[in-house]
Amino acid sequence: MLDKASTQLLAVRNVTQRYKGSSATDDGPPVLEGVSTVLNEGEIVGLLGRSGCGKSTLLRIVSGLITPSSGEVVYQGSILKGPADGVAMVFQSFALFPWLSVLANVEIGLKALRVPAEEARHRALAAIDLIGLDGFESAYPKELSGGMRQRVGFARALVTHPNILLMDEPFSALDVLTAETLRSDLVELWTEGRMPIKTILMVTHNIEEAVLMCDRILVLSSHPGRIASEIRVTLRHPRDRLDPEFRQLVDNIYALMTRRSTSKQPGRDGLFPGSGIGMVLPNVSTNSLAGLIEEVAAAPYNGKADLPHLADSLQLEIDDLFPIAETLQLMRFAELEEGDIKLSPTGRRFADTEVDGRKRMFGEHLLAHVPLVARVKRVLDERPSHRAPASRFREELEDYMSEDYAERTLRTAISWGRYGEIFAYDETAQSFSLENPA
Amino acid sequence: MATKFVAFTSLGRRALPNQWDVIAFALIFGGFVLAVQAGRGMVLPLPAPRTVAVVLDYSYLPYYALRTTLRMFAALAASVLFTITYATLAAKSRRAEVILVPLLDVLQSVPILGFLSFTVTFFLNLFPGRVLGAECAAIFAIFTSQAWNMAFSFYQSLRTVPADLDEVANGFRLSGWQKFWQLETPFAIPGLIWNMMMSMSGGWFFVVAAEAITVGDTTIKLPGIGSYLAVAIDGRRVDAVLAAVVTVLVVILLYDQVIFRPIVTWADKFRVELSASQDVSESWVLNLLQRTFWIRAATRPVHQAFDWFTSLRLGAGRGGLREVVTPRVARAIDLLWFVLVGAIALYAAWGAASFVAKTLAWRDVGEAVLLTLITMMRVVVLLALATAFWVPVGVWIGLRPRIAERVQPMAQFLAAFPANVVFPIAVIGILAFHLNADIWLSFLIIFGTQWYIVFNVIAGASAYPNDLREVARNFRIGGWTWWRSVILPGIFPYYVTGALTASGGSWNAAIVAEYVRWGNDRVAAHGIGAYIAQATEAGDFPKIVLGVAVMSVCVILFNRLFWRPLFGYAERRLRLN
Repeated sequence: MLDKASTQLLAVRNVTQRYKGSSATDDGPPVLEGVSTVLNEGEIVGLLGRSGCGKSTLLRIVSGLITPSSGEVVYQGSILKGPADGVAMVFQSFALFPWLSVLANVEIGLKALRVPAEEARHRALAAIDLIGLDGFESAYPKELSGGMRQRVGFARALVTHPNILLMDEPFSALDVLTAETLRSDLVELWTEGRMPIKTILMVTHNIEEAVLMCDRILVLSSHPGRIASEIRVTLRHPRDRLDPEFRQLVDNIYALMTRRSTSKQPGRDGLFPGSGIGMVLPNVSTNSLAGLIEEVAAAPYNGKADLPHLADSLQLEIDDLFPIAETLQLMRFAELEEGDIKLSPTGRRFADTEVDGRKRMFGEHLLAHVPLVARVKRVLDERPSHRAPASRFREELEDYMSEDYAERTLRTAISWGRYGEIFAYDETAQSFSLENPA
Repeated sequence: MATKFVAFTSLGRRALPNQWDVIAFALIFGGFVLAVQAGRGMVLPLPAPRTVAVVLDYSYLPYYALRTTLRMFAALAASVLFTITYATLAAKSRRAEVILVPLLDVLQSVPILGFLSFTVTFFLNLFPGRVLGAECAAIFAIFTSQAWNMAFSFYQSLRTVPADLDEVANGFRLSGWQKFWQLETPFAIPGLIWNMMMSMSGGWFFVVAAEAITVGDTTIKLPGIGSYLAVAIDGRRVDAVLAAVVTVLVVILLYDQVIFRPIVTWADKFRVELSASQDVSESWVLNLLQRTFWIRAATRPVHQAFDWFTSLRLGAGRGGLREVVTPRVARAIDLLWFVLVGAIALYAAWGAASFVAKTLAWRDVGEAVLLTLITMMRVVVLLALATAFWVPVGVWIGLRPRIAERVQPMAQFLAAFPANVVFPIAVIGILAFHLNADIWLSFLIIFGTQWYIVFNVIAGASAYPNDLREVARNFRIGGWTWWRSVILPGIFPYYVTGALTASGGSWNAAIVAEYVRWGNDRVAAHGIGAYIAQATEAGDFPKIVLGVAVMSVCVILFNRLFWRPLFGYAERRLRLN
C-alpha cells in the first residue's frame, strides 16, 4: 500500500481546542494545542496517547463533530464545517441503535442520504457480507456478542463508501481474543484493498495495537495534547508480535511515553498536569499502588522492571499502568526512566513493611509530596473546630481545572488521605475532619 | 420500576422555589382566570347543552364504558401530541427551557381537579349550547391528569440521549427531523410508554369526576361511566354503583391486555441495554398480531408511509456550527426574553389577584391557609399510617417471589382503579353509624393511592439482592436491627418513589374525598378539598382560585422541601446498583 502515490486527503492545521470555561467568554485550559498533521491516501495512521491527551477530541475534530477553538481542518480543498461527506466513524462503545436490526443499523447512514431503498439494501448486504456478518442481518444488537457488534459498527461505516475511516479505540471494549481476530480481519481486508476506503485514522492507547496496524503513529503528549513525535512503521503485514524489530519499536515507544515531561515549565512535578494544589490527581487506588510496589519488589524484577514486560504480565493497558507508576514516582516510591520502573529505597522499605507501618509511610509521603492533601491537613489544623467542608477545596480546585477533574482529584485525595490516616471524611455532611468516628 | 407522577427536574441541593417557579405559578393562575373571564363575558348564564339522559339500565353499561374509554384515548392522543411538541421545545431551546420546565413542574403540583369548573366554563362558552363543549371539557380534564408526567419523561429522555448514538446521528448528517424520529423518539419510548400507562390509570379518577359536573346552576352529564355513577348516587342505587365498579374493572383489564401489554412488549426493543434482559414481557395479543400474515401485509403500507414521513430531510443537518451569534447579542436577546416573560407573569399575577380580591378579603386567605394545613395534616397522617401498615406487608410479600408474582399485578391494578367510584359507599357507612366525617372521610384520601406504596415496596423487596439477605442470615441479624439496617435502606428508594406518587395523588383525591354526596345527603370534612368542592358547587370562582392557589403553593413546598431531599438522599446513598 505504501508505494501508492501518496495523495493528501485531509490536513489538520494548527488546531487548538479548549475546555469550556465557566462563562461563555472565558476559555478554559487547552485540551489540544497547535496540532498539525496530514492524512494521505493509502495509510493507516494511529493516534497514540494516554487518557486525557485529547486524542479522541482530535478524532472528533477531524470528523467534523467538534469545531476546534482555533485552527482548521482542510478536507477536499475546503475548510471543514460540520460532519463531512465521506468521513465515517467506528466507536469504542459500538454505538448501535438497539431498536434497529443489524441490517437497519447498517442502512441508517444511507437512509440519511436518502439513497433509494433498493440500492441501500443492496449496498448494506454487500457491506455485511464483506465484514463477515451474513446470517445476522435480522438480529438485534443485544443478541450479538461484542465482536459481532463491532463488526456491525464497521459495516455501518463502510457502507457509505467513505474516503476516511475514523476509529475511536475500536477494539478496547472487546476481550483479547476477539480483538485480535477483528484486528487481523481488518488488516487483511485493508492490505487486499477490498474495503472501499482510502485511509484510516485510529485512536488507541494500546502501543502494540498501534505498531501492529499502523503505517504511521502520532504519539500525543498530555495536558495539553501535542504531537510529541511521529513514528513510521515499515514492517510488512501481517506483522509478527514476536519479531525482534516489532519488540524494539514497542520498547522505544514505551520509553518515549514515560520520558520525564520536558521540564520547561517550572514547578511541574512528575508527569501530572498542573502544579502545587492545582495538580490533577489520577483515579488510582492505594491497593493498586501497594500492589505494584510489591510486584516490582519481588522476583523476577527485584526492584526494577521493564514497563512493556510488566504491562504484559499484569494484563494492564498503559492507561491503567502509567497512572499507578506515575503516582509512585510522584510520591518518591519509584523512578520512571526509559520505559523502566525502579523502586526507590523508601519504595523497597514500603514493600517490606506491615500494614500499619505502610500506612504511616504513605501518610508521610502524602503530606510531603501531594500539595492538596497537605493543604487540607493545614486548614483542618488551623481551624478550632478541626472541620472543613469539601466544597471549600472543590471550588479552589476549579480555579485550576475543569469541574470533572476537580471532582476526581478531590475524590482521589480523600481516598489517599483516608488510607494515610491524614484526615477523616464524612460523605453525608461532605466535610473533612481530623477525628475518626468513634 | 420508575413510577413517578411527580418528577424532579434536578436532585440538586438547592430545592427552594426560585423566581422561575413564581413566574410559572403566576402564568398558570393568570391564564385560568383569563380563560374564565373571557368565557363569562360572552354568555351568561351558562347554557346547558342538551345531552341524552343517562339511564341506570345495566344493558347500557357497555355503551357507556365505550364512550368513557374513547374519551380517555382522545385525551391520551392529545397528551402524546402535547408531549412531543412541548418537551421537544423545552429540550431544544435554552430560552424556552427556563420557563417551560418550571411551568410543567408547577402544573404537575396543581390539583387540577379543582380547576374543573374553570375548564368546563371555558369550553362550554367556546361551543355554546353544544355537547361538543362538554366533551372537550371532559377530555381536557383527563388530559390535564395525563400530560405532565409524560412530558417530563420525554424531556428527560431527550436530555439523556447517549452521547455516542448522538455522534453517530450527527456523523451521518441526519437532519433534525430524521434524528428526532430515528434516535430521540425511539430512545424516549420505553419511559413514555410507562408514563402513558400511569397516566391512563390516573385518568380514570378524573373521568369519573369530569363526566358529570355541576357548576353553579348548570349540570352536565355526558353519557359514560362517570355520569352513570353520578346518576346512581343521586338515585341512591347501591346496585348500580356496584355495576359501575364491575364495569370499570372489566374495562381496565381489557385495555391492559389488548392495548398496553402489546405496546409494552413491543417497546422492550427500544431499551438501551447491553444484554438481553432476563424478564421479557409477553403479550398474547402481540404474538397473535405478529404471527398473522395478512395483518402484517396490511400494515406494510402504513410502515412504509411512516418510514417515508420520518426520513424526510426537514431541518438542517447539524453542522458543526450553529448560526453565529456573538455573545453580546445573545445576552441582549436573553435579557429581552426574560424581561418579556417577567412582564407577562406580572400581568398574569395582577390579573389573578385582582380577580380574587374583588370579592374576597385577607380573612379568606387565612381561612384557606388554615384549611390547607388541616388537609396537609390529613395527608401526612394517612401516608404515615399507610406506610406503617403496608411497608411490612409489602416486604413480607416481596421477599416471597411466588406470592409477589401474584400480588404485584393486583396492586398495580388497584392503583389504576378510580377510588372515587366507591366513595359513596363510604358515605352510606358514615351516615348509618353516625361517624365523625373529619376522621372517617380521611381514609378515602389514601384509599386509591396507597397501592403505589404497596407495589413499589413489593418491587423493592423483590429486587433486594440475595447475597445481602444471606449475609443477614449468616450473621443472624434479626428483629429491629434487621429492619433498620438490612431491609429498610434497601427498599427505601422504591418506597420514596411510591410514597411520592401516593402523596401527589392524595392531594388531588382530597378535593373529591373531603366532600362526598349520597342522594341528597352531603358529608363534608374540614379541609381545603371540601372548600374547593363546595365553592365549585356554588359556582364561586374567586374562592376556587384562592383555594386551588393556596393548595398548590402548599403542594409545591411540600414536594420541594420534603420529598425532593428524601428522593435525592435515596438516589445518592441507597441505590443498590
